[in-house]
Amino acid sequence: MTWNDKRIETLVGVMLRTGVLLAAAVVLTGGVLYLAQNRGPRPDYEHFHGEPARLMSLSAIGHGVMTGDARSIIMLGLLLLIATPVARVGMCIVGFLMERDKLYVAVSSVVMAILVYSLFFH
Amino acid sequence: MNELWFAVILCVSSLGAGLLGALSGLGGGVVIVPLLTIVFHVDIHYAIGASLVSVIATSSGAAAAYVREGFSNIRVGMFLEIATTVGAVVGAWLTTRVPTQAIGIIFGLVLLYSAYSSLRMRHEEITVKPDPLALRLKLQGEMPTTDGTQAYVAQRVPLGFGLMWVAGALSGLLGIGSGAVKVIAMDQAMRLPFKVSTTTSNFMIGVTAAASAGLYWRSGYMAPSLVMPVMLGVLAGSLLGSKLLVRAQVRTLKIVFSLVIVAMGIEMIVKSVKGF
Repeated sequence: MTWNDKRIETLVGVMLRTGVLLAAAVVLTGGVLYLAQNRGPRPDYEHFHGEPARLMSLSAIGHGVMTGDARSIIMLGLLLLIATPVARVGMCIVGFLMERDKLYVAVSSVVMAILVYSLFFH
Repeated sequence: MNELWFAVILCVSSLGAGLLGALSGLGGGVVIVPLLTIVFHVDIHYAIGASLVSVIATSSGAAAAYVREGFSNIRVGMFLEIATTVGAVVGAWLTTRVPTQAIGIIFGLVLLYSAYSSLRMRHEEITVKPDPLALRLKLQGEMPTTDGTQAYVAQRVPLGFGLMWVAGALSGLLGIGSGAVKVIAMDQAMRLPFKVSTTTSNFMIGVTAAASAGLYWRSGYMAPSLVMPVMLGVLAGSLLGSKLLVRAQVRTLKIVFSLVIVAMGIEMIVKSVKGF
């Protein structure tokens, strides 16, 4: 099968669906665990006070997941979800490379650079 | 109210929002923020965090179905994503600077506009006068119609690109998909066929939202215990909605949902003006 736009789009569609279902499964797992552990009154969301540092970095979240912390597991699911469209752009770069469309390899790479910047440096 | 009940009620409400959003074509994301702030008294920063995540989920979840229809255009989408992602980075940065009340007022205005645009007539005219810039950027394609395939070429590329920047900035500032503005940019400004505009817009929403997600995450807008029921509810609702869509009577539903959105928009503006 040759590479064309239709093939790229089909692969991207399947990948997005897989990514979102995987992310939802992780979030659900963390959510069930969270609700099993927390029976108190509803947390205060009326005033904004940010989130603790243990949910702010990849390594801290990784550590939290290893120790079975429910909030860290939910956060891992959310990060998987955010990664899904980023992977989509990556897959388009590969697809355009296969099509030998230099212009769109460049366009997709610019989008990827903006995403990476926004996720890690902004 | 304890944690479990709060999560269950949030999840059910979000499911309803996702369902109505998918059936009406307005997207569930646009009502999540007013739902959380007006009904559940959640701070707007937590609300836009939960909304943005839900927007990524619904956009990605619907993508496979849209590809099958064969209308979306990856080149048009990818090119315009340069504008939306840059806009989203700026918009997300603005959320940390702009006063809460100002976000509320802008949000209210966007809600009113979304309701208006969903009821407006669709633009279906296709001009094939080639725009040299569009040809150089390969912003063209073919789409299936009842009598064979029809070719189209984008018009007024700079205007469309500029509007996409605005769509991205609104997405980053308000935690919404900005689907309505994206469709305007492609359908009205660039004169792309309506079906191409809506399906390509869906693809772009996830990538645009991902560009503000990093800053939202590091600013603490994503409270896991709040996002969890909202995201799962909206996702389930929108997947269910797209399955029902084939059989549903959309017109009445669209009017009802638009009225709900207008009411929420007015409420958000009034509340924010009082808060100043």
